[in-house]
Amino acid sequence: MSLTRRDVEGIAHLARLEITEGELPVYVDSLSKILSFVEQLNAAQTASVEPMAHPLEGEVQRLRADEVSERDAHLKYQANAPLVSAALYVVPKVIE
Amino acid sequence: MSEAAVRAGWEVVIGLEIHAQLATKSKIFSGSATAYGAAPNTQASLVDLGYPGTLPVLNREAVRMAVKFGLATGATIAPRSIFARKNYFYPDLPKGYQISQYERPVVEDGSIEILLDDGAKKTIGITRAHLEEDAGKSLHEGLANSSGIDLNRAGTPLLEIVSEPDLRSAKEAIAYLKKVHTLVRYLEICDGNMQEGSFRCDANVSVRRLGKTEFGTRCEIKNVNSFRFVEKAINYEVERQIDVLEGGGSIVQETRLYDSAKDETRSMRSKEEANDYRYFPDPDLLPLAIDAALIDAVRSTLPELPDEKAARFMLHYGLSAYDAGVLTASRELADYYETAVREVGGGGASAKLAANWVMGDFAAFLNRDGLEVGSARVPAAALAGLLRRIQDETISGKIAKEVFELMWADAASADAVIEAKGLKQITDSGAIESAIEAVMAANPKQLAEYRSGKDKLFGFFVGQTMKATQGKANPAQLNELLKKKLAGP
Amino acid sequence: MSIHLRSVAELAAGLQSREFSAVELARHFLARIDKENGALNAFVTVTPERALADAARADAVRAAGKAGPLTGIPLAHKDIFCTDGIKTSCGSKMLDNFVAPYDATVVARLGAAGTVMLGKTNMDEFAMGSSNETSYYGPVRNPWDRSKVPGGSSGGSAAAVAARLAPVATGTDTGGSIRQPAALVGISGLKPTYGRVSRYGMIAFASSLDQAGILAPSAEDCALLFAAMAGFDERDSTSVDAPVPDYVAALGAPLKGLRIGVLKEFFSEGLDSATGALVEAGIAQLRALGAEIAAVSCPNLPLSVPTYYVVAPAECSSNLSRFDGVRFGHRCERPRDLMDLYKRSRGEGFGAEVKRRIMTGTYVLSAGYYDAYYLKAQKVRSLITADFRRAFAEVDLLAGPTSPTPAFAIGAKVDDPITMYLNDIYTIGANLAGLPAMSVPCGFVGGLPVGLQLIGPHFGEARLLTAAHAYQRETDFHRRVPAAYA
Repeated sequence: MSLTRRDVEGIAHLARLEITEGELPVYVDSLSKILSFVEQLNAAQTASVEPMAHPLEGEVQRLRADEVSERDAHLKYQANAPLVSAALYVVPKVIE
Repeated sequence: MSEAAVRAGWEVVIGLEIHAQLATKSKIFSGSATAYGAAPNTQASLVDLGYPGTLPVLNREAVRMAVKFGLATGATIAPRSIFARKNYFYPDLPKGYQISQYERPVVEDGSIEILLDDGAKKTIGITRAHLEEDAGKSLHEGLANSSGIDLNRAGTPLLEIVSEPDLRSAKEAIAYLKKVHTLVRYLEICDGNMQEGSFRCDANVSVRRLGKTEFGTRCEIKNVNSFRFVEKAINYEVERQIDVLEGGGSIVQETRLYDSAKDETRSMRSKEEANDYRYFPDPDLLPLAIDAALIDAVRSTLPELPDEKAARFMLHYGLSAYDAGVLTASRELADYYETAVREVGGGGASAKLAANWVMGDFAAFLNRDGLEVGSARVPAAALAGLLRRIQDETISGKIAKEVFELMWADAASADAVIEAKGLKQITDSGAIESAIEAVMAANPKQLAEYRSGKDKLFGFFVGQTMKATQGKANPAQLNELLKKKLAGP
Repeated sequence: MSIHLRSVAELAAGLQSREFSAVELARHFLARIDKENGALNAFVTVTPERALADAARADAVRAAGKAGPLTGIPLAHKDIFCTDGIKTSCGSKMLDNFVAPYDATVVARLGAAGTVMLGKTNMDEFAMGSSNETSYYGPVRNPWDRSKVPGGSSGGSAAAVAARLAPVATGTDTGGSIRQPAALVGISGLKPTYGRVSRYGMIAFASSLDQAGILAPSAEDCALLFAAMAGFDERDSTSVDAPVPDYVAALGAPLKGLRIGVLKEFFSEGLDSATGALVEAGIAQLRALGAEIAAVSCPNLPLSVPTYYVVAPAECSSNLSRFDGVRFGHRCERPRDLMDLYKRSRGEGFGAEVKRRIMTGTYVLSAGYYDAYYLKAQKVRSLITADFRRAFAEVDLLAGPTSPTPAFAIGAKVDDPITMYLNDIYTIGANLAGLPAMSVPCGFVGGLPVGLQLIGPHFGEARLLTAAHAYQRETDFHRRVPAAYA
């Protein structure tokens, strides 16, 4: 599967990754190679096969009791935050 | 804008997506509290913040609430449903994806009956209802060129309820919205507080030429936070779309916001590229299994539903469909009404009297003071006391209104107010006759005119006598005696 | 014997007999790290204060008569595990400034068992790699030949143990990241059944494949540590609530009658012949110990690498979206707007391989491609899992090579992603099917270690460890240490 520059720019945008002009051809090349490589999967007969979302077949989701078990620890958690003001995480203006 | 004003030749098609915040104590995937109004980011745990290494665990109560809704709308409860990741970047979405349900939701194929203005009933389909987590909030005040993100709300459980595009007018849409609002409050799964954002509505609106079967291009109007604004927004949007189409243009599928100040919808400023959400089953969560035991357990907790209660009110209390509908709009109001009726005793007349008072003065005072039924200043038993005094003719209906106002202001009983203000009805014919005679004597001109044929002046004498007795004369007796006396010796 | 050449059991005995204290033991390893880590680059963060505090506590516990089998045993944690109050980088610039505010369950359990944390080990960035060359902190070097890679992504843990800078280390395995480095540096490595060990606090790469495990010289060492890690965790919905067998007690069982399957698909053209010969000799050794060897086939296994390289990138592309410069991690300077904040923070914070996998994953999940790629891969995954199930109806364990070649030169394979991906050709199948698997050393090719891989059925760790232990009672490859580190 050969990707174009435009394809890769589109994917990078969806993934919010800045790719420089210089890097772009490298990614076009390696991503194309990877996608070609995985195309081997087309050979497999999977018409009546169920997809496997996780290896725990037959297991179902455990349910948790509805109880408040967490307490305010925002000072500790916000120690890692790049920019905080009045306990809010600050980002460039979100335009609605 | 009324039904009739929808322009000739056009049909409106509306589907509503409601996000109801489920009234659990803790969040859907973490043990953080969900209480409204906490200081910013004090109810955001590591899981809610999307910290690396954290994982979701599902809240049992959120599941039960979803099942409750499914049962109350006659829907299919999926024995296995799947949580999926909806991937997109936004600052109020900490993980960069929302855990939701996509291909296999927990509830499907339900319906709700609405009552239209003309009394007709219409069934509105509910395509699906699924569980998902809420995002946080962006705040803009006091931050130049920046936004502040509060993640307290991130992770609150939501039930997203999607209707079939069965609605054909803004009025129908509001009827549906109100019915769902009533239902989720009856079920005690959502407090329905639109101001606080616990009950949100997006409307998908399109128009098509009458007779056409394909749907027109639709626009989504987002996050309108009151019934009134939903109606206005839909009406504006319908007009806008018809204008565009009649002008030869075409509708761009887009998301629009309603501006209540200008009463118009406008396209969201950040030009929405069609978002590719890349849904896939969330590998951190296993399939949600709901078995008959859980369903039966939830079913046994279902209250009498609004439609059932309204039907019972019509049968039992002899009320009209309209009255029954108003009185059952909330469980609290319905319970209040039934308590009042029970306390008054007596038969159908009491039921009708109580209905009038609950829908009338009681509701008006609640509204005036911005109170919920639970905080009413006249409890049901006290209202019953007032109604008994009307029925036993201690006071007239008109005086009763005065009494009620004082009961409300002073949180007093009817008898206490009647006693204190001396409002007992005058039923002594002698006293009434004396009053009539005094009025007749004071108004010889009108008396003469009446006796010479001007029947309309009867009302004048009624009014004057009532005034003379501070409104306390028993109206029926007054009428009878006045007729006799006016007729002449 | 030098302290650092002793096994975990031997160290525990030494502590118990008061031959040395936990503090002395910690100091010994800290000194070795100080001296040797520079040339190996196995550690991102060394935690001497924490180690000595842990050790002092262990000594107190022992004095109070409450010591357990792991009290005072030093270990290193792969830098993918969150450690409260300690930098947790995941080998990435994105988390270079990140101090975890909580302990991963694995860290907490091993800590509660009395282990002493020496530091956080280097790794391929966000666990994506098979050579530990994608780390922001530079490549790790193989103690057997420092011009060679130690394997990845748990390269730092592997090198640290191989050079005996730590007696044991934790690792994670998503496509082979414990077993392959273990093989390349000549130690033992255990990847458990999916769901056996909690993933809470383990920074996620591919959620349906990731598992935490152990790297140690011997299977016995692995069993001792694994016993403290395994078990249900209510914070992890994919954690299985099943009883944990006594892995240590099971170790002595004889191999007689154990049916071992040799996978036809594992002895294919990509396998280096000298490596293959050693693996076959290892299998012969198992036969000599009483195992019955049978030929088995898992015909869909050759599709495991392409399957993995759809599923793992898909999951990681979503798991890594949380790194956006808002609440933690790298943030670019002076973002012009929101889009710029995201793109530059992520563009600067992530290395090339991570970006490559994020983009691959984004693509295979995107509209129009989901069915052809992601859904298809998950179906092939079902086929591979079914193949294994059928095989385990006939045999008790599978044996084969861990890696197609011994360690290769640093820089040799970085240019072509596919060549690098094929290093995991034998290990990936077990991750896709959620099966437990181990690598144990089985010889040397040109002075470089080779590993023998054992794969078990679901929750068959006891069987794996027993077989590996029996093999290691007869061989001494697991006791060999590079001369420079003896």
